[in-house]
Amino acid sequence: MNILVYLVPMALGLGLIGLAGFLWSLKSGQYDDVDGAALRVLSDDDIE
Amino acid sequence: MSETRDLSVFVKREADGTAHMDLAVEGVGCAGCIRKIENGLKQVPGIVDARLNFTNRRLAVGWRDQALNASQIIEALARIGYRAYPFEPGRAETEEARETRRLLKCLAVAGFAAMNIMLLSVSVWAGSDMTSETRDFFHWLSALIALPAAAYAGQPFFRNAWSALRIGRVNMDVPISLGVTLALAMSVVETVNHAEHAYFDSAVMLLFFLLCGRYLDHAMRRKTRAVAGNLAALKSEIAHRFEKSGEVVMVPVAALKPGDRLLVRAGERMPADGVVIGGNSEIDESLITGETAHRPVASGAAIHAGSLNFAGTLTVRVTAAGADTFLAEVERLLDKAVVARSRYMRLADRAAGLYAPVVHTTAALTAIGWLMAGASLHDAIVTAIAVLIITCPCALSLAIPAVQVVASGALFRSGIILNSGDAIERLAEADTVVFDKTGTLTLPEPRVANAAEIEPALLELAARLALSSRHPLAAAVAREARNGTPIEGAIEEPGRGVRAIIDGREARLGSTAFCGLAVPVGQGLTGEDGASLIAFAHGDQRIVLAVRQALRPDAAPVVKALRGLGLDVKILSGDRASAVAPIATALGISDWQGGLKPADKIATIDALKAAGRRVLMVGDGLNDAPALAAAHVSLSPISAADLTQAQADAVFLGERIQPVVEAIVTARRARRLMLQNLSLSAIYNTVAIPVAVAGLVTPLVAAIAMSSSSLIVTLNALRARMSAPDRSPAPPALMLSERPA
Repeated sequence: MNILVYLVPMALGLGLIGLAGFLWSLKSGQYDDVDGAALRVLSDDDIE
Repeated sequence: MSETRDLSVFVKREADGTAHMDLAVEGVGCAGCIRKIENGLKQVPGIVDARLNFTNRRLAVGWRDQALNASQIIEALARIGYRAYPFEPGRAETEEARETRRLLKCLAVAGFAAMNIMLLSVSVWAGSDMTSETRDFFHWLSALIALPAAAYAGQPFFRNAWSALRIGRVNMDVPISLGVTLALAMSVVETVNHAEHAYFDSAVMLLFFLLCGRYLDHAMRRKTRAVAGNLAALKSEIAHRFEKSGEVVMVPVAALKPGDRLLVRAGERMPADGVVIGGNSEIDESLITGETAHRPVASGAAIHAGSLNFAGTLTVRVTAAGADTFLAEVERLLDKAVVARSRYMRLADRAAGLYAPVVHTTAALTAIGWLMAGASLHDAIVTAIAVLIITCPCALSLAIPAVQVVASGALFRSGIILNSGDAIERLAEADTVVFDKTGTLTLPEPRVANAAEIEPALLELAARLALSSRHPLAAAVAREARNGTPIEGAIEEPGRGVRAIIDGREARLGSTAFCGLAVPVGQGLTGEDGASLIAFAHGDQRIVLAVRQALRPDAAPVVKALRGLGLDVKILSGDRASAVAPIATALGISDWQGGLKPADKIATIDALKAAGRRVLMVGDGLNDAPALAAAHVSLSPISAADLTQAQADAVFLGERIQPVVEAIVTARRARRLMLQNLSLSAIYNTVAIPVAVAGLVTPLVAAIAMSSSSLIVTLNALRARMSAPDRSPAPPALMLSERPA
């Protein structure tokens, strides 16, 4: 069961990274305009 | 535009010399609009930032303060092809945005904790050959995750429960908080004692499910509030104010102060309460009192915000609402009605009131029962807590919000914006519908009544000529235009009409005298039935148009449909009885009253209430506001006066009155589903409680029971989406291009 020494912190760490990522995305306003984000990807500003 | 506009109340200035403003934009419907608006604005020198939020159709603009002013930005947008209105988010909306964010954070933390604890719990459940040391280690690890996570993510529930308890009430959050806290506390004790079962996963999963429901509820409410806010910005009018220099400046109504002098031209609405200090005119007060006849005003007359200046130009001094004005009376009645409104006990709270004592007594009895049967104190308490955990009202507290979210989404799609969350429940209970007449059963603006009898080509010419005039009668004629291009070279003669040369012959639209016409006798167009006459002459052709309040196109079928739903339909109007009678006859409503004052309307509604009726009031005028507040539930059209809209439980968009029927049908279906969901959770509890009382519940059983009951309830709630077969489509994209009244 020594493997737990690695596995448990790894599992927790990955989860925490996900949580931190979500909180960051929330803070940077990525959920403020969900419908717009879906449409913005369609506009090709770089071609003009 | 020749006039200057002062929009400084909406502009926020930063220390670095930039200024910011939020605008509600009309007519944004596709991906191309985002790019067109943002790129178009960024090409304007001085603009540093422009970002359109497609979800709520709002544009945030930043610019260098010296380079531009706010009205130039609105003009730049108009050149790109979009109408925009400065916007100030209300305090309630900002507060709600913050709350939504906090819920999302809680949800994320609960989700993270639930996943990780479940990972550990599943290994404990599956690992029958696990040593007790490893199991204890996993339990401690779970505790380490669960305790801080619950302390953070449970806050919305703990806080609500606490504030309910402090005023001696029980809401659904009380059993939730109690269940979660006890489950965690017991699990810690069990872990210390090296016991086999711990309920960390149940507690955190419960929080996660409940937060999901609460977040959805909030997101929906925020969306409808954003639409309502935009419509308010679109409606907000601009006033013409005399500056000290004598110059006239356009200012937003929000910036007016008592003592300001305003210029109100024919065809404009009074932006604030005031006293006439110059000019003569007739005003149309139908939005305020429901009276459709015009009132002549001269110097010294008091006029209310919202009345329409019909004839001449007026100079008006803004007054604060005095104690003896009509508005003050309305507000006094309103205060009384709001206080008197019997506090409606929401279905969820009623369920909580029943549920909490039953479950808590059962838990206590379980502990006592096991003690008497000879179990140890520890075992008795553990079993009692297991009862609390498994009956923790996960399904019960999702039962109603889930239906509410789905139903308000369905209503939103058919053009009904809810102001209050429990409106759906109250709508479903309504058994009497009381309509106001002016602006509710009839269209907010007058129409040409005899359009069908006039040669279409001639009517079209008249309508296009009318586009050049600001007169309210001309505006009614202009609505008949199929081709929206005004006739070039039209000249308006104030107080008389418009003239232009069409196809080499002179065309005139205006008073009958202006068109060289004596009123033809014997055609029924004498103006006695409330119609105003306007004449059109082209060459030697002459026609007379009768303009009057027209019924909403679907008023008759709606009244019939409401009767079909078993509702009693009545009309209570502030207009003269002679004006109400033909409308009531046309709709086949025998139960009507005219000439009512706001207090009379309340008295009638109170009488209905005393007779045990649940009244749905539909009204738009300022005089309806107290009645709306007094009724069991209320609706108002989007063209209603602001104060009235604020009192209504829901606001509907568009020209049709069909949403009233749809609201009732959807609400009734939603209520049925709510009751179904409540019975489902009750069934779940009747099955789960005996199992728990018998001491047979393990954390695995609790996890399966809890998630499956929540799923069943949520899936059942989705059925509220199914719409009535004959609903009128009103896609949300169109709503924001709704014309201001």
